[in-house]
Amino acid sequence: MNRRVTDLAVETSGLVKIFGDTRAVDGLDLTVPAGTVYGVLGPNGAGKTTAVRMLATLLRPDGGQARVFGHDVVREADAVRSRVSLTGQYASVDEDLTGTENLVLLARLLGHRKPAARDRAGLLLEAFGLSEAAERQVKTYSGGMRRRLDIAASILSTPDLLFLDEPTTGLDPRSRSQVWDIVRAVVAHGTTVLLTTQYLDEADRLAGRIAVIDHGRVIAEGTPGELKSSIGTGTVHLRLRDPAQRPEAQRVLTRALGVPAHAEADPVAVTARVSGTGSEYGAAEEASRVLAELAAAGIVVDDFSLGQPSLDEVFLALTDRPAEPAATEEAAA
Amino acid sequence: MSTQTTTQTRVEPEAGQSAAVTYTPAAESIGAVLTPGERPKRPSPAAASTAFGWRAMLKIKHVPEQLFDVTAFPIMMVLMFTYLFGGALAGSTQEYLQFLLPGILVTSVVMTTMYTGVAVNTDIAKGIFDRFRTLPVWRPAAMVGYLLGDVLRYVLASITMIVVGLIMGFRPAGGVVGVVAGVGLLVAFAFAFSWIWTMFGLLLRSEKSVMGVSMMVLFPLTFLSNVFVDPSTMPGWLQVFVDASPVTHLVSAVRGLMAGAPAAGEVAWVLVAGAVIMAVFGTLTMRLYNRR
Repeated sequence: MNRRVTDLAVETSGLVKIFGDTRAVDGLDLTVPAGTVYGVLGPNGAGKTTAVRMLATLLRPDGGQARVFGHDVVREADAVRSRVSLTGQYASVDEDLTGTENLVLLARLLGHRKPAARDRAGLLLEAFGLSEAAERQVKTYSGGMRRRLDIAASILSTPDLLFLDEPTTGLDPRSRSQVWDIVRAVVAHGTTVLLTTQYLDEADRLAGRIAVIDHGRVIAEGTPGELKSSIGTGTVHLRLRDPAQRPEAQRVLTRALGVPAHAEADPVAVTARVSGTGSEYGAAEEASRVLAELAAAGIVVDDFSLGQPSLDEVFLALTDRPAEPAATEEAAA
Repeated sequence: MSTQTTTQTRVEPEAGQSAAVTYTPAAESIGAVLTPGERPKRPSPAAASTAFGWRAMLKIKHVPEQLFDVTAFPIMMVLMFTYLFGGALAGSTQEYLQFLLPGILVTSVVMTTMYTGVAVNTDIAKGIFDRFRTLPVWRPAAMVGYLLGDVLRYVLASITMIVVGLIMGFRPAGGVVGVVAGVGLLVAFAFAFSWIWTMFGLLLRSEKSVMGVSMMVLFPLTFLSNVFVDPSTMPGWLQVFVDASPVTHLVSAVRGLMAGAPAAGEVAWVLVAGAVIMAVFGTLTMRLYNRR
């Protein structure tokens, strides 16, 4: 049971959770190495929250196994609780209490005596830029401040593993980047972070490895780079001078690359995947040949770039449907 | 921005940011709080329960309006029933008050217990419950914490009603000792009885349904008893129910203590009933708390 206890923060196999006749988590296999940010990416209702709640001992799995630092989440729930913290989607702080009172309460529940609890609360409020608001009731805080207090409350216990369930959902861009900085600081200190998100750029920016989940199971796993390259080397993005030439440009691209070219919302923009297999010199060479063919067809190209596919495109390629508009009937409890 | 903004209640969207310098998370200061040396020893069950009880006190401090139901409501109950039934049932309001006060005290406090369930249910909806449930502390501590706060409310309600009663002419023969013993027994029973509501608070989906179920149970339980009238005037089938009701026994015990003629059998009945309720509903509560 003690094997590789230090290597893996989370290890699940065939994890299942059923609500009524919905299989919210349906055979989830995850392996999260310690000391990294691990992203769990998926649309609403994919089972992200349910999975995290099982790992944080809040929900009992209906099947499969889950270990956190080698401890079974059901049989050794108490050992798991002493090493993890969860910042859920809904602020898990008391709105009626002040920032200080919230943190002092938690510090005392973790066994600090009152003076030490006050010191620790003060230190945390300072580190999270909440000193000025310390004596105000949390209900007067902005969304960003609330989220920071929530994360402060989660790291008060110096957890070895921090679960952040959609930490930036509903935050303004500035608060979002603050949360990102906090996550980087936390992981730089050696704490493992398991982050769920439906924002593809967020996983891309923060996570060392990503599991893409859909309908309660992992449909792809790897580093952001691996995920992108698994569906093609890159994507060419073109901007034409004349929107009227776009259908012709699409035809040229499709013929040259052997894959359909997409017309974007912008009437002059076209994108197409480049596999890199059509040329022995790689994707860039293949793309440059496409440019020559466009020029030969008399199509004026104002802007051209060859980039890795976005995680949006990854999701589309993996599921044949876009990640974004989350038409979900099954809210992950 | 001054630091004297402690009582502000209005929401400031970017408070502390627009006026002062924008907060930028610093890796060093966050790293510093993550390096605290030794982790403290886990708190004892009593210490954890006290910490949760402290939270209940803080909530009373910040939202004092919630004491309305343990101050204004009991005063209203005493006044209303004394003057409504007094003349008709006992010949005079003075005489009726001696009979009614211990009973109406029990009714009010037992009815107040339902707010425990509401409080539990509200916290679940807000998500702070998740935080508590992931803490490595003695599992029942969070629930005991609610009840410690509620015990304060029960004591407050009792004091309020007895003071109002004394002003109106309630003269308990049991004296201070008898009254304190009566209130003590009532509060102890209410503490045990509240575990029914922690269970419903965890079981039901909304605050409204908790209130609904509580009323369904509490109204018949308190009114179908010996609080307002002597049960010997009731039809036989009703007497059976009334005699079996814990509220009836509690009222008899409290009346006895306050009148200076304690009925040991009734007191024992109440203590046993309280212990049984707590054992059954405490277990169910903790099962739900762990299972959710």
